[in-house]
Amino acid sequence: MKKLATGAAVVAALWLVNALLTGTLTPATRISPYFLQVLCLAGINIILAVSLNLINGFTGQFSIGHAGFMAIGGYASAYLTVNFGDRMRGVLGFLPEPGQNGVLLLAGIALGALLAGVAGFLVGVPSLRLRGDYLAIVTLGFGEIIRVFILNIDAVGGARGLSGIPKLANFFWIYLFAAISILVVTRIVHSSFGRTLIAIREDEIAAEAMGVDTTRSKVTSFIVSSALAGVAGALFGHYLMYLHTNSFTFLKSIEIIIMIVIGGLGSITGSVIGAVLYIGLTEGLRDFQQYRMVLFSFLLVLLMIVRPQGLLGHREFLSLLPRRWRIGVDAPPASG
Amino acid sequence: MSTFLQQLVNGLSLGSIYALIALGYTMVYGVLRLINFAHGDVYMLGAFAGYYLSRRLQGSEPSLVSALIVMAGSMLTCAVIGILIERFAYRPVRRASRLTLLITAIGVSLFIENGAQLVFGPDPKFFPSLAPRADFHMGPVRVTSEQLTVIVVSLLLMLALRFFILKTRTGKAMRAVSFSLDAAKLMGISTDGIIAVTFALGSALAAAAGVLIGMQIPKIDPLMGIVYGLKAFVAAVLGGIGNIPGAVLGGLLIGVSEVMVVGYLSSTYRDAIAFGILILVLLLRPQGILGRVQKEKV
Amino acid sequence: MALLQLSGVTMRFGGLVAVNDLSLAVEPGQLYGLIGPNGAGKTTVFNVITGVYRPTAGQIFMDGEPLAGKSTGRITRHGVARTFQNIRLFANMTVLENVKVAFHCRQAAHVGAAVFRTSTHAAEEQRVDEESRQLLKIFHLDHLAGERAKNLPYGSQRRLEIARAMATSPRLLLLDEPAAGMNPQESNELMDLIRWIRDQYGMAILLVEHNMKVVMGICETVHVLDYGSTIATGPPAEIQSNPKVIEAYLGGA
Repeated sequence: MKKLATGAAVVAALWLVNALLTGTLTPATRISPYFLQVLCLAGINIILAVSLNLINGFTGQFSIGHAGFMAIGGYASAYLTVNFGDRMRGVLGFLPEPGQNGVLLLAGIALGALLAGVAGFLVGVPSLRLRGDYLAIVTLGFGEIIRVFILNIDAVGGARGLSGIPKLANFFWIYLFAAISILVVTRIVHSSFGRTLIAIREDEIAAEAMGVDTTRSKVTSFIVSSALAGVAGALFGHYLMYLHTNSFTFLKSIEIIIMIVIGGLGSITGSVIGAVLYIGLTEGLRDFQQYRMVLFSFLLVLLMIVRPQGLLGHREFLSLLPRRWRIGVDAPPASG
Repeated sequence: MSTFLQQLVNGLSLGSIYALIALGYTMVYGVLRLINFAHGDVYMLGAFAGYYLSRRLQGSEPSLVSALIVMAGSMLTCAVIGILIERFAYRPVRRASRLTLLITAIGVSLFIENGAQLVFGPDPKFFPSLAPRADFHMGPVRVTSEQLTVIVVSLLLMLALRFFILKTRTGKAMRAVSFSLDAAKLMGISTDGIIAVTFALGSALAAAAGVLIGMQIPKIDPLMGIVYGLKAFVAAVLGGIGNIPGAVLGGLLIGVSEVMVVGYLSSTYRDAIAFGILILVLLLRPQGILGRVQKEKV
Repeated sequence: MALLQLSGVTMRFGGLVAVNDLSLAVEPGQLYGLIGPNGAGKTTVFNVITGVYRPTAGQIFMDGEPLAGKSTGRITRHGVARTFQNIRLFANMTVLENVKVAFHCRQAAHVGAAVFRTSTHAAEEQRVDEESRQLLKIFHLDHLAGERAKNLPYGSQRRLEIARAMATSPRLLLLDEPAAGMNPQESNELMDLIRWIRDQYGMAILLVEHNMKVVMGICETVHVLDYGSTIATGPPAEIQSNPKVIEAYLGGA
């Protein structure tokens, strides 16, 4: 019951913030559309970072094809809403428009997450047998193959991209799912299943020797991770109303990696901070577009040399708070 | 049949380029177990070095001598660049986790690519012609002078490398280091020096490839290293990463298959071929054609 | 019937024969020692039994069940647990968590239960927590429960490895050089611990060791390997006076 109450409170709070920021409640608290967009993209990045961290940071499997799963989620959900949206609205006629939008979006997200998860399974099963560099390269390869594949499907626009996607996502929905992603990953990490993942990261051979079914665990976390990436993709498409495979290249996957490395692999709080920091820096340096990437890459190398564990390393923000403030943490965090 | 032979020649020419670049990947992986993501960008720098050098030599007629100067100059420049990259970006993280190494390499690659766009400008440049053009006909097959140059020069360089690795002391040391860094250190080999030499050699070969490509396809741009680098990397993996003859074999195979697929099937999937081969290799035989399986000691 | 039976097991790595035609049998509750000079193939035997390597030839039976070719995880669930020559703890996890991981040996940890925090999940967590703490107490590690494994002193790390292996409820325990790096007092404590484990749990223990005092002190049967081949098998007293064994260790009189 307590959990339900907390959940409801979070939902209400998000709705309130959304109303304030968009000025629907009081015009005074309205922020510029540009700034709102930055916040929303940050929220999507949070979902991407937190989900990638599950597989890279907590399970220690090096995957750099996350953008591919995001693409699948985006395109699948957009295909649904663009082609079947009107029909669905017909069925949902009894609901007010925001309600219809909500259902449509949820349907799209569900489809996107499902297909992305399936893709995660198909990619994960053969790939996760490999270790280290080889796994990285294979996931990179799969990410690119997915992208090229989508690029050649005319039904979703092909090289022209997919436009006319209804704007169903907004600050509220994006941050709601960001909160859900954080919750899901946190619960996974602080569970017996999470323990097996971290054990695999620490020493896969020893984990095997202790009876852990490493293949099953790795694939499962990969599926969860890619499904969440699919959610991010769906939200992305329904926010920008336009999708093009150029948004899902290898570079996008690298960006997500940078976010979690900055924040600290193995730290959920770190991923959130990294995601926000990254988009902040990207937007902040928008005027210096050409110098931006040069600076970023230089800083990245510097970060690896000076502080490879990122900002938070394995620590979570929660571990810095006094005990009584911690909510819903069952056992001492595995990496606290 | 004549088309087939023609494609074969085209493929060998392209494959030689891939092979030259692949050698750099494989040698560095051999000694450091590092996938040098930035290697493709060194190839790009080689092409640009050649470009600027040959513009300096403008005025003199295209001749063998000027071509050699450009080639040598570019190779030397990139050898130095390779050494600098290793010294300042990779050496500090040499003992770190594989993930850290990979991210560092990605960072260096992005740095070079974006830096090049800044310094050279993002527009493509056109390599001036360095040697007089001619076409040779061997039966039904046409071989351009550029293709011939590519094949001959690549062959010479690879033979030189082979000689170096098998017959010189430094070459022996390189093989020792790639077998076991720690053991080599204990034998008194200056591993830092050997690693530097490895980077220098690999980068020089990549530079040569850059100049050769510049001569063949005059258009060069700061992002050209991405696609070529990736395909050369696939070639190295296909042949067995860490294995030097493997890199040559892989390069030629990738070059030939790419040309064949484009020639006989379609050109849309030209770049996807490499990825497809990569995934097949890694899933079916990750150690590559000539590589040996590395078992982790328990 | 023997608990663990190896028949004609051979392990070849390319041209190198690491283990040659090995046959041995460990009875339930027996203390069995495997010794031999360095490079004799002892750890390879462990790796073959636990499924890290697939034997080139020969068969391995646990209670009549064939083990060869099965995955390490499955073999562990059959009841074979091991420690490692170079300690392989989950370094960044706490002592308690190291043990907890092993406790889930036989039930696949469920991601759905984790996400939705079902009551079965909570009950299961509670049970594992209690049993893990209990086990730590037995091994005198309970005061270190919240400490990261990598921060433990060497002797405690070795003990933790054994405790963790015990959490998989094995019937056969493979200990790979458990006394390595221990001083005489620590190795005496280790000997007591091993004997105690056997007496308390009726567990069969297969021990690879270089420390002769430990081997001869607790093992009932000793099996000597040299260059992968068996050169002698028998009770400690016999082995100690066996000329072939002496020659293998000292390289000829």
